[in-house]
Formats: sequence, structure tokens, C-alpha cells
Amino acid sequence: MFYVEGFRNMTIGRSLWAIILIKLFIMFAVIKLFFFPNKLSSDYDSDEQRADAVRTELIYK
Amino acid sequence: MNDLLGVVDWSRAQFALTAMYHWLFVPLTIGLSVMVAIMESIYVKTGDEKWKGITKFWMTLFGINFACGVATGIILEFEFGTNWSNYSWFVGDIFGAPLAIEGIVAFFMEATFVAVMFFGWNKVSRRFHLTATWLTAIGVSLSALWILVANAWMQNPVGMAFDPAQMRNVMDNFTEVAFNSVAMNKFFHAVFSGWVLAAVFVIGVSSWLLWRKSNIDAARKSLKLGSWFGLVGMVMTLWTGDGSAVEVARVQPMKLAAMEGLYDGEVGQSLVGVGVLNPDKKPGDDKDAMLFEISIPYGLSILANHDANSFVPGINDIIAGRTVTADGDTVYSDSYAERIAAGKAAREALKRYSEAKAAGNEEAMAAAQADVMANFKYFGYGYLDSAEEAVPPVGLTFYSFRVMVMAGGYLLLLFILLLFVSYRKTAFLEKSWLHWLGIISIPVVWICSQAGWIVAEVGRQPWVIQDLMPTRAAISDVTTGSVQLTFWIFAVLFTTMLAAEISIMLRYISRTSKKNIEQPEK
Repeated sequence: MFYVEGFRNMTIGRSLWAIILIKLFIMFAVIKLFFFPNKLSSDYDSDEQRADAVRTELIYK
Repeated sequence: MNDLLGVVDWSRAQFALTAMYHWLFVPLTIGLSVMVAIMESIYVKTGDEKWKGITKFWMTLFGINFACGVATGIILEFEFGTNWSNYSWFVGDIFGAPLAIEGIVAFFMEATFVAVMFFGWNKVSRRFHLTATWLTAIGVSLSALWILVANAWMQNPVGMAFDPAQMRNVMDNFTEVAFNSVAMNKFFHAVFSGWVLAAVFVIGVSSWLLWRKSNIDAARKSLKLGSWFGLVGMVMTLWTGDGSAVEVARVQPMKLAAMEGLYDGEVGQSLVGVGVLNPDKKPGDDKDAMLFEISIPYGLSILANHDANSFVPGINDIIAGRTVTADGDTVYSDSYAERIAAGKAAREALKRYSEAKAAGNEEAMAAAQADVMANFKYFGYGYLDSAEEAVPPVGLTFYSFRVMVMAGGYLLLLFILLLFVSYRKTAFLEKSWLHWLGIISIPVVWICSQAGWIVAEVGRQPWVIQDLMPTRAAISDVTTGSVQLTFWIFAVLFTTMLAAEISIMLRYISRTSKKNIEQPEK
């Protein structure tokens, strides 16, 4: 109730919430999803494989 | 190699862009949250409704900044996982713990009480509301604490042990990580510089109101409070800056040498007050480092060591491992050539470890691990081909440091002037030149704040983790094109956010200036 009333009575806050929601959508639904995969998590299945991959990178880089 | 450098440079540019935009919002949130809490404290203590109006005015501006800035830092975490995966894995546990605490404790504390702060007027008691406002301010600062603990670990890695099997640094002493002396100085320096920035913001907006002859009483009250808050913040920033300089001299002497454009150090080393670097100067040559300089005798020795007769090493000294003891003896230890040899030995041992692991030879693995550990202190130097690669960009570090110091000096004088005018020459508060001085100080304080971070982050190059990992080893196997694309996406997104914030703020200030700020709506 406290929050509902607060949101209902907002004036400038409405624009701000619109900005926050649009921003979060762009960040998580577009940028994170399509451009920023976690490379080690997506490319390897286990921590041992990830450690091996990083070791190889750091030896031969 | 060229593609690697392209990826490294674009990834660095992207990280710098993201971090710098993030830092446009953060210090204002840190400082303004405390100022709003002080204003509300005055209201609760005095019961003066005018202060309630003033509090609500600045609280709304805080809210606009909070909304536009919130979550901009999350993009840095996206970049860690994609562009800097070697780094992320290498430091995972240590970097992860402070960031997790930040997310769980500080962020939720801040997010919970910010709602009471904005929606709780007339719904909770005055004291409860005031408590929520203070807890929001404390939560904001606690968020900064854990981020800066993580950052400080990169500048001074302590409290961990490297495990070649996991290829990670594993935290073995949380207290050392959390109370890292670099972290403590960095935290207080960043927080108090946020106070200064918020104070100048309040002074600038109040000056604009005075110039428009609107809400003069509220603007004068805000300007006076801003000047006091800024002065306290500036004194504390200077104090913690002094502590930071001592820490930099201790753990990152190369950064200090770059900040000063110092190649050959001396006992009783002077500090360059104003100077022009010789752009052709390289480590090891006999050219003059400065084309022009006005120096403060003994200044750098005092700044770095609190001892006017101490030795401060320059870039050539550090490369040679040369220092001068308190007794005046010249001694040598761990030259960069030796560090590079140790780093390459550590990498070679890591290769043997990897081969032994593939062959299932545990005895050989143990022997290789012992060799890795024996040389791990200088692991990162194994990626360098020459000592010169360990020298940060001197020009950018040197000039950024001076921009920060000069802008800080100007702001200190501004606070003193405004307090003098507020108490002794109140007629000056009607002068346009004073109003414009306040207004033009707004960009100055942001430039000062950004310059400070440039000194801290460019000055530590080539390291992402001091001595252990250079930037080029931290990078993932990603293409230059993908980083370029996301760089421009971020540039557009963040610029839009900034434009939205400035536009909403200006409209709000303009609209509110036509009303009586001191008579808040019920």
C-alpha cells in the first residue's frame, strides 16, 4: 500500500521510472543477451575446463 | 599481435568510457545523499518547514541523478565476463566477494530506504523518515566501500594465494583484503571527493537561483550549507589524498614517478608545481624530462614519505632497482630485468605444470608448482619484452594529476570565498559575477573528479593487477569488431542517459524556481 500510493502520487518520478525500466531492458534484454555472453561460462562445462582454458591462454598469450 | 593490441586498446577504451560515465553519476549520489540527510536533520531538529521544502527540492534532484545513474556500473561487470575473462577467472574469488557483499548488503539497504525516503513523507514519523534518509546515505557510501576494496586489491594485491590447479588467486585472509591500506585511503578519498562534488553542485544550482532572483532565502541557505560541506569535504579529501600519495609511493612507485614526470630521483626530491613535459623523453636517455617547470623544493619527498630528506625513485631508478637508504647508501634490488626473468620463469613453470597435468604426472606437477610459486610475485612481468613496457603513459598521468590538484585548489578557494561572503560580505551575494563563479564551478568539479580517476587508473598501467597481470594478458579471445560495436552502443546509450538527466534536472530546477521552494506541497 505504501509503495502503491507512492507510485500513484508520483509526478517527475514517472519519467524517472520510465528511464530506469527502458535502461534496464536495453541493458539486460539486448546488450547482455546479444553482446555480452560470459565467455568462460558459455564456452566450457566445468570449472576444471575453465581453469585449463585460462591456463593455456596465460601460457601462450 | 596487431589484432591483440586492437582488442586490448578498444576494450580499454570501452571500459574507460563506461567507468567514466558511471563516475559522472556516482559521486553526486554519494555526496548529495549526505547533504540531503543533513538538511532533513536541520528540519527535524528545528521543526522549520522551510527546511523541509529545501530538503525535498534537493532530494528530488538526488532522485533524478539516482535514477539516471542506477545500474550503469553493471555494464562494467558485463565487460569483465566477456572482454576480460582471463582477468575475471584469475581474480574471481577475491574480486567476487566484495562485489557480492556490495550487492547483497549495501545495494539492498540503499534500495529499501530510498523508497521510504521518497514515498514516506507524512506517512511515517519525522524521525523514522530521517533515519531512512541517513541509512540511504550510509548505504550509498557502503556500496562505494566494497567497489573500492575490489579496486584497491588490483592496485595492491594482498590476502590471497595463487593456486595453479584452479588458475585462481584464492582469498586466504579476508581482513587483509577488506582493510587493505590502499582501500581505506581510496574509499575515504573517493567519498569525500563526492562530498566536494555535491557541494559544488548545490552551490552552482543555488547560484543560478540567486542570479534569477528566485527563492533567494532557500538559495542562500543551500549555498552556505554547500560551502561548509564542501570545505569539510575538501579538507578531508586533501588529508586522504596525502595518505594515498604515501600508499602510492609504497606500493606503486612507478605510478608516482609518472605523476611527476620523474626519471632520476634524488634525496630531498622537489615537486613539480607547474611544468611542461619533454614529449621526446624516453627512459634511459639523457634528454631533459621537463621543458619548463616551477618546482617546490623537497615537496615530493615530503608528499611521498613525510620526510624532506628522503629519496624518491624516478622511472630510471625503479627500472634499475636503485634506491638510496636513509643513511645515504645506494642499494640495488629486483631490477626490472630481474623481474622480467622471474616472470618468464613463472610462465615457463606454468607450462611445465600444464604438460605434467595432461600426462597425469603428479610429481612433475608438484615440482612445477613450486617453481611457479617461487617466482609468482613477478608473474606479470613475464609478459613484458622490455622494462620500458612497464612504464605508464607519463604525459596523461602527469597532466591529469595537475588538473586534479589545480581544480581542487580552485575549489578550496571557492568554498573559503563563499563562506567569507556568506558571513561578512552578504551584499556580494547579489553580484552576478559571484553567481556565475558558482555556476561555472559545476563542470570544474566534474573535471577534477574524472582527472583523479585517470591518474589512478592510467598511472597503474600496464597492470590490471599490480605486478601479477598486465592488461594484455587479461583480455579474452574476442574480436576487435565486436568490441568496437559495443563501444559505440555504450557511447550512444550513456550519452542519451546523461542528456536525459541534464534535461530533466534543468526542467525541474526551472519549473521549481517559479514556485516557493520553502513551501513544500503537502
